[in-house]
Amino acid sequence: MSERTLYDKVWDRHTVTTLPTGQDQLFVGLHLIHEVTSPQAFGMLRERNLEVAYPKLTHATVDHIIPTADQSRPYEEDAAEEMMSELEENVREAGIEFSDPNSGDQGIVHVVGPEQGLTQPGKTIVCGDSHTSTHGAFGALAFGIGTSQIRDVLATGTVAMEKQKVRKIQVDGELGEGVEAKDVILEIIRRLGTEGGVGYVYEYAGSAIEDLSMEGRMSICNMSIEGGARAGYVNPDETTYEWLEGTDYFQENPEKFDELKPYWEAIRSDDDAEYDDVVTIDASELEPVVTWGTTPGQGVGVTEPIPAPEALPEEKQDTARRAQEHMRVEPGETMAGYEIDVAFLGSCTNARLSDLRRAAEIVDGRQVDGDVRALVVPGSQRVQRAAEEEGLKAIFEDAGFEWRNAGCSMCLGMNEDQLEGDEASASSSNRNFVGRQGSKDGRTVLMNPQMVAAAAVTGEVTDVRELKEVQTA
Amino acid sequence: MSGDNEVEIPEVDSVSGSGIPIRGNDIDTDQIIPARFMKVVTFDGLGEFAFFDLRFDDDDNQKAHPMNEDRFQDSSVMVVNSNFGCGSSREHAPQALMRWGIDAIIGESFAEIFAGNCLALGIPTVTADSETIEDLQSWVDENPDGELEIDVEAETVTYGDTTIDVTVDDAQRKALVEGVWDTTALMKSNAGEVRKKAEELPYVPASAIPEAE
Repeated sequence: MSERTLYDKVWDRHTVTTLPTGQDQLFVGLHLIHEVTSPQAFGMLRERNLEVAYPKLTHATVDHIIPTADQSRPYEEDAAEEMMSELEENVREAGIEFSDPNSGDQGIVHVVGPEQGLTQPGKTIVCGDSHTSTHGAFGALAFGIGTSQIRDVLATGTVAMEKQKVRKIQVDGELGEGVEAKDVILEIIRRLGTEGGVGYVYEYAGSAIEDLSMEGRMSICNMSIEGGARAGYVNPDETTYEWLEGTDYFQENPEKFDELKPYWEAIRSDDDAEYDDVVTIDASELEPVVTWGTTPGQGVGVTEPIPAPEALPEEKQDTARRAQEHMRVEPGETMAGYEIDVAFLGSCTNARLSDLRRAAEIVDGRQVDGDVRALVVPGSQRVQRAAEEEGLKAIFEDAGFEWRNAGCSMCLGMNEDQLEGDEASASSSNRNFVGRQGSKDGRTVLMNPQMVAAAAVTGEVTDVRELKEVQTA
Repeated sequence: MSGDNEVEIPEVDSVSGSGIPIRGNDIDTDQIIPARFMKVVTFDGLGEFAFFDLRFDDDDNQKAHPMNEDRFQDSSVMVVNSNFGCGSSREHAPQALMRWGIDAIIGESFAEIFAGNCLALGIPTVTADSETIEDLQSWVDENPDGELEIDVEAETVTYGDTTIDVTVDDAQRKALVEGVWDTTALMKSNAGEVRKKAEELPYVPASAIPEAE
């Protein structure tokens, strides 16, 4: 058969049956669980006297609530300790592999899966976390699900879903200096809207996507959900295979690589695949994008003026007015120069080793602004160790950053890392909603990791390209 | 397995009750239930924290919000605008609304995961265009005791003397009307076919596939 997308092919390969509702019952190749959204699902399972059907296709980690400073047990906060204990008991009872803090493999669920080789092309992957879309970077179909669906997956190894349309987002051209994958996805969401992807999954394609590293592709797929899409993916290619070969799974099972490669090749979208919509973007036109508002779609190039609400489509004007009031920004100004109190380098969007490397390049030889609290929270213990070994930790600490242990941290503020009062943050994370980083009056400006580094050292939103020129001059 | 048969899944043909308007586009799940209230291992008691930061100030004094108004305390149908429930996948959001007393939501559009989470709780999320929604919100504001009836199968909402057409996603409609919105038992009954599917997939190791029961 031809004219089919990866989405069509992987969906068909995993469809067990069509349910009476018209939804398809999809087999789940990998179920990732963590401490926040799974305990209730295990509870429901017990109520119904059911067991975990496919424990060996399930993998657990702890990320949202874990303290990133003192991790000695019991955790200082009772609620965090209770959630951790509950997860430990659930995975022990069910025989589920757990990347716990003592394993040296713990980290954010969307960092852990790819680095261990659990995330593979052509798998269906679900997790009770909206940023599960990250795993689409490998050509997997990856969906965030709710807790009742986690119950379904635990009990049956399957999930009920409706098939969606596919929009191809073709990004061609070369990204300029200081412009990253993060800027590409912020631009996509800005153009198509936070609800623009409702009813769709996004296939990212084009030379700019092909040129990206796996980390860059993950950053883009990660934020598909911010654009309203149910999932996002990139077709697997040599870049994907190279990453996979280096992971634990294929290091331990090298024969599997050759065995599975034909499958990965077969599920790529056909050259003549038909899409429900196609959007094209010229990567060479982009500059670093920063958000001025309180949704990820309220973004602007760092040298561009903040739009006047009246200039936006009518349905966006109210939200824009409220957002500008909350953020205390004025139309016509640029975000460059916006003073910040906190710099947060972390989250499942941008806390991988390469993100830390790029930020460290900017930080190296500079000092964090005296009024800024800056923290680096590696995405996983492995990222943390690797960064320490290659000297990144020293660079950050010498500059005045706090070097923390792995976790979700200030991205959503479920541990002790939170904005206080109306603090403004430069953040490499994915959401700038009111209250997102732990304070309902807090202000979050999303940007790429180099831009976070630049903001940390200058104390204000700064075009990182200027900083680079200064340094080389 | 036997335990699962004890779960009764009611059919949700229609939902009726008085309405409550929650205005604004892009209302995310962090607003519906702030992250700090998710430090729990059950959903019990989440109702009182629904929209907490929009309803209460730092000293826990009430702010102006429809959910704080006496006239909406018995409301069970929420009327919202576009892209409601965007953001985090947390089922805590619809759980909090349900436990506050919401049985159905009418809006311009819903984020997909949020709508899916509502369905898993038997809460219809029905849609209409923005003008229709605004009219409905105004009517609800003026008639806080007025009854709204959502006919899920016929895809209509009746309020006062007015009946409007709304859209209910096909799968959602069937699942609610036929009482198959809790999919665990339904899917569990296909365990044999699921195993077969697992055997067909090249990446699933044989050791991960359970023996037939």
